Amino acid sequence: MNNHIVKSYDDEQRVLLDELIRMGHMSVAQLEAALDVVERRDDKAAERVIGNDDAIDALEQQVNHDVIRLIRRGPLAGDLRVILAALRVASDIERIGDLAANIAKRSMALNLAPPLPHTRGLDALGRMAARQVREVLEAYVQRDGEAALRVRASDAELDTLYTGLFRELLTYMMEDARAITPCTHLLFMAKNLERIGDHATNIAENVWFLIHGEELMPPRDKRDESSTTVV
Amino acid sequence: MNAIVMTPRDIAAARLYRRRRLVNIFAIGLACAAAVFGLAFLGWILWTLLSKGLAHLSLSLFTQDQPPPLEAGGLRNAIVGSLMMCGMGVAIGTPLGIAAGTWLAEVGNHRKLGTVVRFVNDILLSAPSIVLGLFVYAAFVMQTGGNFSAIGGALALAFIVLPVVVRTTDEMLRLVPVQMREAALSLGVPQWKVTMQVLYRSALPGIVTGVLLALARISGETAPLLFTAFGNEFFSLDVTGAMSAVPLVMYKFAGSGYENWEHLAWAGALLVTLFVLAVSLVARTLLLRNKISND
Amino acid sequence: MTHLTRIDAMNDARLAVAASVRDAILPTDAPVKIAARDLNFWYDRFHAVKHINLEVPEKRVTALIGPSGCGKSTLLRVFNRIYALYPKLEAKGEVLLDGENILDPKYPMNRLRSKVGMVFQKPVPFPMTIYENVAYGIRHHEKLNKADLDARVELALRQAALWDEVKDKLKESGLGLSGGQQQRLCIARAVALKPDVLLLDEPTSALDPISTSRIEQLVEELKRDFTIMIVTHNMQQAARVSDYTAFMYLGDLVEHGATEQIFSNPVKQQTEDYITGRFG
Repeated sequence: MNNHIVKSYDDEQRVLLDELIRMGHMSVAQLEAALDVVERRDDKAAERVIGNDDAIDALEQQVNHDVIRLIRRGPLAGDLRVILAALRVASDIERIGDLAANIAKRSMALNLAPPLPHTRGLDALGRMAARQVREVLEAYVQRDGEAALRVRASDAELDTLYTGLFRELLTYMMEDARAITPCTHLLFMAKNLERIGDHATNIAENVWFLIHGEELMPPRDKRDESSTTVV
Repeated sequence: MNAIVMTPRDIAAARLYRRRRLVNIFAIGLACAAAVFGLAFLGWILWTLLSKGLAHLSLSLFTQDQPPPLEAGGLRNAIVGSLMMCGMGVAIGTPLGIAAGTWLAEVGNHRKLGTVVRFVNDILLSAPSIVLGLFVYAAFVMQTGGNFSAIGGALALAFIVLPVVVRTTDEMLRLVPVQMREAALSLGVPQWKVTMQVLYRSALPGIVTGVLLALARISGETAPLLFTAFGNEFFSLDVTGAMSAVPLVMYKFAGSGYENWEHLAWAGALLVTLFVLAVSLVARTLLLRNKISND
Repeated sequence: MTHLTRIDAMNDARLAVAASVRDAILPTDAPVKIAARDLNFWYDRFHAVKHINLEVPEKRVTALIGPSGCGKSTLLRVFNRIYALYPKLEAKGEVLLDGENILDPKYPMNRLRSKVGMVFQKPVPFPMTIYENVAYGIRHHEKLNKADLDARVELALRQAALWDEVKDKLKESGLGLSGGQQQRLCIARAVALKPDVLLLDEPTSALDPISTSRIEQLVEELKRDFTIMIVTHNMQQAARVSDYTAFMYLGDLVEHGATEQIFSNPVKQQTEDYITGRFG
């Protein structure tokens, strides 16, 4: 694609993209750090993860600010889609960061109880979610529509995994009443991971919109049946 | 306060600037001197006119006719003759000139023929007036049996008025924005109506100015009248006969050696000058007023 | 069960939205008022407009955009045959107004002039009173008594959103108005003849932003009654004001479609490059 005749327009768009890339990397790092913290049961590390979330929030503010600057140029067509996508993606990434920090926070509560085997299931769920986020961010940077579609499709898998973990935790709680508190925390953490997956899917849809200028067809296949699960 | 530091670049620039300033002052000085030179002569002419002519401006100038030498008299017949012939000259030259100028601006503007006509008009514009007079002498005076007449004089003057009016009309009409033409035509109004009702109204002040300037010019013309109107010592209103004009009288009286004649010549000169001045002022105010209202 | 039928309904809705955006390439809701069919135009030997096929829907605003020299003004001026004033300009092809070819020498010019009005880039009120400016064209086409003529003049000035500002000074010269008012006077002059089509050739490029906005508001009101074609080099204006947009480049019609589609997701890369300022 040709460059804008006004060079600063291209520069501002590049700055925006760089901010989003940075936000994305940070959020993935936060997620992996949070999962690590759960494994190692390290409270100090958890507090660090919680503190780092401020940086992601600050970047989102910056993105908003830069989008307003770009709006003043009266963007049309592709340029308009760039800034709309950037706004939405930044919001999704920021939420991913929040959810990751929340996982770290809950891990501190989890550490008050003896270790549970289900943290392994959580870890698997978390690694899959992290992979989703990484892949979708790459798709965003490379403007790869096919990759975005793949991420979107594999959300079903994530949902299935989550539903499975949900059932397991319910079963365990029914067996042993002392496990209720830690399992509840685990439930919320699992839910956070499932939400992270959804946000990754949102980003995928925005990538498609950015490239093609139309909404994704057909509507996504939601396999999260936790709301109807009964044990 | 800190001292201003001059880098070598500053110094070189300052030198260049100083030289440029000097050249500038020199050039302006020369221009002013030239202007003063020209104005000085103009002033001298006006002063001479005023000093020699003012004394002899009196009512008798307008009430008495051209006298024989050494007798008292006035310029009545000459003034009347001038007015009549100038009036007729303008009356003949203006409609023809406006018509031709309109053709040039509207029809001939993009055509080769238009370029040719403009060129010929410019030649006519700068033709020596005596040539025009001779032409009228050969083509009209001689054809009517060698009879000098005011009509002949008016014709010769009309030939001077014509190219001026053609040029002015052409240029004034071309100044009207093309969108105004197109806007009027796209309303479905036919071309001739557009020209008469829209374009002329727009160009009128300029055209009138042109006519007035032509009038100012012919009021002082002598050569074309020599072989056409010839001059007449007596008061006459007969356009088919010879007629007097102020410049003709001036030509006859000045340098004749007779004192009263020379006085009358100076008075006539002053009169013509004042007339030209008055007409030019009117033309200029008209143009200025038009410019202000159009902006 | 209800879970699945809800998904189906959402699916249908989304498909419907996509279809309306993708298929709004050519107008489907409004009948065609003017159509150019294989239209070509030459300035002497320069082929300025090449094989244009364009349909302009009735009572909508169609914008012509493109870089300088692309032929958009030329194309506009073919639609009222104003080019016929000048020698060495030639048009070939058809321009169908309500089905009749206006380029046919047998088509009466009078009818064309009363059906198609034009407003130019430079506001050019005639050197007459405001009333006369508006009445001038009417007088030529119709014989009206004073009361009727007054009513027509008032109507035209109201349609041009100028009546309130000039109703007390109808006898004053049109040249005394401001630039924006003069342009609205020119619009009043054109609509006074009750044409079907209004051709606006960069009507606001000589005006300040406030006057420009007033005229854009006027265009939105006028399209209720007139078919409007507007040439503009201001893309934002085309995006704001028009229903359909045609993009021209070097005499060719590159893309033509609903404004919504052209300005959010054009089909041709060239269109996208021009609209986003990447041209060349």
